[in-house]
Amino acid sequence: MSARGEARLWVAQRASAAVLGICVVVHLITMIAAVRGGLTAAEMLERTRGSMAWAAFYGLFVLAVSIHAPIGLRTIVSEWVGWRGRGADAACAVAALALLFLGARAIAAVSL
Amino acid sequence: MTQLQVQIWRGGADGRFQTYAVPRHDAQTVLDVVTYIQRRLDPSLAYRFACRVGMCGSCAMTVNGQPRWTCRTHVARVAANGKLTIGPLAHLPVVRDLVTDMREFFDKWARARGQFQPTRTRRDDFARVAPASPSRRAIDVAIECIGCGVCYAACDVVAWNPDYLGPAALNRAWTLVNDVRDGAQRERLAAVVGDAGCHACHTHESCTERCPKHLAPTASIAGLKRASALAVLRGEL
Repeated sequence: MSARGEARLWVAQRASAAVLGICVVVHLITMIAAVRGGLTAAEMLERTRGSMAWAAFYGLFVLAVSIHAPIGLRTIVSEWVGWRGRGADAACAVAALALLFLGARAIAAVSL
Repeated sequence: MTQLQVQIWRGGADGRFQTYAVPRHDAQTVLDVVTYIQRRLDPSLAYRFACRVGMCGSCAMTVNGQPRWTCRTHVARVAANGKLTIGPLAHLPVVRDLVTDMREFFDKWARARGQFQPTRTRRDDFARVAPASPSRRAIDVAIECIGCGVCYAACDVVAWNPDYLGPAALNRAWTLVNDVRDGAQRERLAAVVGDAGCHACHTHESCTERCPKHLAPTASIAGLKRASALAVLRGEL
């Protein structure tokens, strides 16, 4: 990958990490608040169904994960397995798309 | 007189440790120990040194598992139990015994565009750089590197990625990134980014912990990351 591409990936990973930092805190606080009265699937769905705000929040969460995780995965396979180059880049792009698809599917399932 | 039990690496990459008994003296350095072995016990021992006072950076070796300048390391500090294990610097090919081939280490300085690129000629006036300016101060804290290779041997990322430029070369590049007289800023940033450059650093800070000059290559590498991020956002990289 070109130097420009590598530098852009680094910026993307740092920016997505900043977003994740906020998302994880909101997610944890919501979990702690939600389980106080007992945790049931019905309660969760009641909160999320039809809520554009929660769908937008978790959409941002999934997007940040889909950017952040594959870039980190690319570094891990490079350092620990020695897999570098276009093959590794393509595999990480597939991981990004898979995370995006699975995340979007989960959001659709609890929001619609 | 008490004796030190000293294990010294002998041979090339497939060599082995050999044990020697060396008389213990007050204020004895690890370099004194190696020199005693070479002069009194085994003249075939190969090692490298020059100044003996921490100026040249040529006597760096692995002492009890850590890269150190042997001339500035007192035995009392590292061998409380009377045992020393001395090997060549890690992450560099072993020529013989305690001597490593440092070509790759210095070639990486060149690959990181560690050369100053002048923008003036001898007919121009001197450049005036304010000593208190932020860029000049950033250079001040990083410029005293003497290229001993201790940081390179201490770095985990060099072990994982042999192409990684390493802390010393990146630290050198950072001093030039801050040099207002230099005319190769874009080329240098392009040379030091990526998975063989500053972005590979995991911020373990082993280089900073081990640097005998008490420099902070980790901070220099963080500076390169910031500079490259700004260049990306400005469309200059």
